[in-house]
Amino acid sequence: MLADKDRIFTNLYGQFDWHLDGAQGARKRGDWDGTKDLVAKGRDWIANEVKASGLRGRGGAGFPTGLKWSFMPKQTDRPSYLIVNADESEPGTCKDRDIIRHDPQKLIEGCLLAGVGMGAHHCYIYIRGEFYNEAQVLQAAIDEAYAAGLVGKNACGSGFDFEIKLHRGAGAYICGEETGLLESLEGKKGQPRLKPPFPAAVGLYGCPSTVNNVETIAVVPTILRRGGSWFAGIGRPKNEGTKVYCISGHVEQPCNVEEAMSIPLKELIEKHAGGVRGGWDNLLAVIPGGSSVPVIPKSICDTVLMDFDALRDVKSGLGTAAVIVMDKSTDIVKAIARLSQFYKHESCGQCTPCREGTGWMWRVMERMVQGKAEPREIDMLLDVSLEVEGHTICALGDAAAWPVQGLIRHFRPELERRMHEYRAHATRAAAE
Amino acid sequence: MSAHDNSAPVAQPTSFAFTPENLKKAQAHIAKYPPGRQASAVLPLLDLAQRQHDNWLPRAAMDAVADMLGMPRIRVYEVATFYTMFNLKPVGKHFFQICTTTPCWLRGSDEVVAACKKKLGVGIGETTADGQFTLKEVECLGACVNAPIIQVNDDFYEDLDGVSTEALIDALKRGGKPPVGSVKKRQTSAPAGGPTTLKDLSFAGGKR
Repeated sequence: MLADKDRIFTNLYGQFDWHLDGAQGARKRGDWDGTKDLVAKGRDWIANEVKASGLRGRGGAGFPTGLKWSFMPKQTDRPSYLIVNADESEPGTCKDRDIIRHDPQKLIEGCLLAGVGMGAHHCYIYIRGEFYNEAQVLQAAIDEAYAAGLVGKNACGSGFDFEIKLHRGAGAYICGEETGLLESLEGKKGQPRLKPPFPAAVGLYGCPSTVNNVETIAVVPTILRRGGSWFAGIGRPKNEGTKVYCISGHVEQPCNVEEAMSIPLKELIEKHAGGVRGGWDNLLAVIPGGSSVPVIPKSICDTVLMDFDALRDVKSGLGTAAVIVMDKSTDIVKAIARLSQFYKHESCGQCTPCREGTGWMWRVMERMVQGKAEPREIDMLLDVSLEVEGHTICALGDAAAWPVQGLIRHFRPELERRMHEYRAHATRAAAE
Repeated sequence: MSAHDNSAPVAQPTSFAFTPENLKKAQAHIAKYPPGRQASAVLPLLDLAQRQHDNWLPRAAMDAVADMLGMPRIRVYEVATFYTMFNLKPVGKHFFQICTTTPCWLRGSDEVVAACKKKLGVGIGETTADGQFTLKEVECLGACVNAPIIQVNDDFYEDLDGVSTEALIDALKRGGKPPVGSVKKRQTSAPAGGPTTLKDLSFAGGKR
């Protein structure tokens, strides 16, 4: 188990004061300690240290953060932007909310250091509109940082100018997709853009931009203070560091917790969430990384590690590390059908395979919940999901296809059982 | 994806103007973005307009925002209909957004929805006759370890079940404002039995 001294988010549950100053405020917990010196070490040092830490993006895709920053131009006559994605909307995920409302200074300090690391003097934090109270806290924290001279002109007395502004969304899952977010920030519908060009070349207002998740940015100050090698020493190679996990569903004590990457799933659930309701043997399945990743049955959950590579190897994914636990009482088909409804609701409507496919998959899934379908339709559903996957501008099409594919991969007998039951019932009713 | 609303159109006010105080706030929002990029302020301004107008957004307010930002009106209508937080029809004083996505559903959101319907005597998408309560089913609100959740206007009420949902409605009917967050009084997102981590943090010596 990760030692408390290696935990980055010391105020994850809001036990202490989130304000900058105060008896147990952010500075007392170590935020903004020696930031000026870190800024002085310069762009290359910061980017290299983040590369050495092995940090991979915490928003779901797991792209190496240092590498992403290195795509930003070294010289440009246009402003460069850091955009922080706080549009946390992936079902199961609620980690960024805790960082924003309880440890906002970690995020703000991270913005400054990331800004130096990629050569961006401007930052927008895009927070989902539903997080109204969280946005109030974050705005107050930004105001405190400005008042203390930590950001703004000559941030921390370093000579580096850094402007940071908060932007509230208004309810759209798709704005968590990076180019959908940029469109939304420009005042349009959040419909994702075709890539390339990538945001590092043509991003916000056509200027070089990098979009990073809240958690990714908020861990940067601690990485720089303690060294990339410290962070890289936690977890497995290529899956380094600490991670905030969200454990929801059928566990005794749902919670958020910061743990090491690559912790076994079973240990994570039993140590921190009080175990599966009714004991481990009562487990049916887990969605290990937010609604977009395929479900895995108990047999895989017994041994799987919680990291990018281990979960990819079992045809699922770490995603946002939102662990949705389902015990044996769960109607697994309905649980996945509800996700299909979610994607149908959230499709932006831009690409035909997604706009039409998400609705089609949902309608078939609803029939499968009742068993009102033919066994051959399972393969037809699989085929259609493969026509949606990879044929859309953004990954929402993939995200809608994967839960359905995971269900078919691991629970086909359950789907068939329902169809037989439904047919037997219908035949009996006709005979009577 | 937003679908066409086939219900009868509502009576629209003929004009809308920001109050002087909100006008100041609107200008502060516009100033956050580079010159010529004022369209970026469309979401904050629509939100401001909705807050000023009893939590719903009439056509006149969209037009006022469009004119203020120099945007074609149709672009603002597009935005207002794309984002789910803009209410294009009047809603009750207590606007209930009940999350029913899988993590909340696993923890009993059906029971929460049923309690709301029973207690208020209205269905999803409807408003009580006294104009006090509106029910809406929404997708993931992003507080899944505290499921099930209802967002009442700006505030999250968490860890609900049927009984506590009815108690919440009773308290609001009496004109009170129950404490926001977990109705089971647990420490935000920590395990209900108390944190399993962050126990031996000493701040006596200052920095770690």
